Amino acid sequence: MSAVLDVRGVVKSFGENVVLRGVDLSVDEHQVVALIGGSGSGKSTLLRCASLLETVDDGQVLLDGEDVTDPRVDADAVRRRLGVVFQTYNLFPHMTVLDNVVLAPTRVHGRSRSDARDEALALLERIGLADKAGEYPDRLSGGQQQRVAIVRALAVHPRGLLLDEITSALDPELVGEVLRVVREGAAQGMTIVMATHEMGFAKQVADTVCFLDQGVVLESGPPEQVLGDPVEARTRQFLSRIIDAGRL
Amino acid sequence: MALRRRRRAGPQLTASLTGGAPGLPAPSQLELDRRAFRTRRSRRSTGVALLSTLVFAVVAYLVVTRSPGWPRVQTTFFSLSAARDAFPDILRGLWLNVQVLVIGGLLVLVLGLGIAVLRTLRGPAFAPLRLLATGYVDLFRGMPLIITLYLVGFGLPALRLQGVPNSPFVLGTLAIVLTYSAYVAEVFRAGIESVHPSQRAAARSLGLTHRQTTRIVVLPQAVRNVTPALLNDFVALQKDVGLISVLGAVDAVRAAQIQVGQTFNFTPYVVAGLLFVLLAVPSARIADGVAARARRRQQTGSVL
Repeated sequence: MSAVLDVRGVVKSFGENVVLRGVDLSVDEHQVVALIGGSGSGKSTLLRCASLLETVDDGQVLLDGEDVTDPRVDADAVRRRLGVVFQTYNLFPHMTVLDNVVLAPTRVHGRSRSDARDEALALLERIGLADKAGEYPDRLSGGQQQRVAIVRALAVHPRGLLLDEITSALDPELVGEVLRVVREGAAQGMTIVMATHEMGFAKQVADTVCFLDQGVVLESGPPEQVLGDPVEARTRQFLSRIIDAGRL
Repeated sequence: MALRRRRRAGPQLTASLTGGAPGLPAPSQLELDRRAFRTRRSRRSTGVALLSTLVFAVVAYLVVTRSPGWPRVQTTFFSLSAARDAFPDILRGLWLNVQVLVIGGLLVLVLGLGIAVLRTLRGPAFAPLRLLATGYVDLFRGMPLIITLYLVGFGLPALRLQGVPNSPFVLGTLAIVLTYSAYVAEVFRAGIESVHPSQRAAARSLGLTHRQTTRIVVLPQAVRNVTPALLNDFVALQKDVGLISVLGAVDAVRAAQIQVGQTFNFTPYVVAGLLFVLLAVPSARIADGVAARARRRQQTGSVL
């Protein structure tokens, strides 16, 4: 089976600051991969490179076997095939919840408005927010906004979903409702790559956990192994700090 | 200013005075005392403000009317009969100003937005366009409007090119549009840059093109952010349309000038000036309202 997303030796720096120093990562269909690591370890940058929101300085990103880092590839067409959810939700504040969700299906994928609307309402129904379809985002709680953002990304039927610390900006009591939506997606076979600090969630949902440190994947494997019995000293150190903070 | 802010806060205050939220117990004595103190204080400062304004008005009135030159000034600048005679001509002239204002205002919006978008384009391919837009803004924002008017109004027709109009109305409007679109472009650009980059990232991640992102996601938010500033520029434009008179267009200012030349009484200028003020008042109030609404949206509940 070939990988949906295959990251090979990706390097990315911002000026003097080298964030990724040759990252390799392979994600198979229906797989859930969790990226863990301290802040500044490159988790977000890796996701932004994979979704072509940043241009890589070296290495390759392959989506379904196609090298999408080739400048001759239409980047807009590639981004269409991946869904991204951000830490800060980034819903469009001047559009209603429904318009946020149907924007890409109608404008990018050329689907009819009524068709896109029906599906958007069905998706919103599933996350329990159908009654908020006509509201503007600032009337919603953070948890509700983030669930809408997930639905907005799902509405284009992406090949994979990239989640960039999607619960980091939420109040603790709202984290559960957002993770439930991700869990459902995973259960339905969605291919997911998520940068996260929720170790408990990673343990339950992820098939593979990758520990990023100083711009490389230092250790990866099944969650029980990486989170329970890590090989690398740096991983152990990172996890013990998380345990000290009461997050695992 | 302090007076006005207090009045604006009024409705909320009285709402909480008349019982507060349903289901809450009656306010404590401590809170009642605080409210009574606030009411006393606000009454006192309102009184002081009113009194001091009144005193100032009376003093100003006395100083002006007791001045040695006042009788002369009164007949030369504030003659009722001269005002009556000049009024119809000036009003007809004002209609021309309104036309310049409406047509010019619309052109300024379109041109200003276009230049702002050009200035925010990224990538080396757009460097010439970006440079051109920057040059345009530098030139017409720096050039005094009156000089632009002379250059366009007298310079363009002097070229005697085929098809160049020589009506002062058209040329005056053109000069005003050139200057104001440079200003408005900068306002729009500030608005575009005030939209957080994460909005662009979110739109691009959905597969929207650069152009779609700008049009559907960035510009609507940008325009909403700068509406108060745009209305302010509109009020400025309202009086600057009077400058087309230097090209000989018979607008309100020129009509007043003609009357002054015939009678040696300056009252028509005052009449024209007051008409411009009347024209500007509604837009100024609209601008205030829009700015206040934007403020409320941004800081719900804050009293500072």
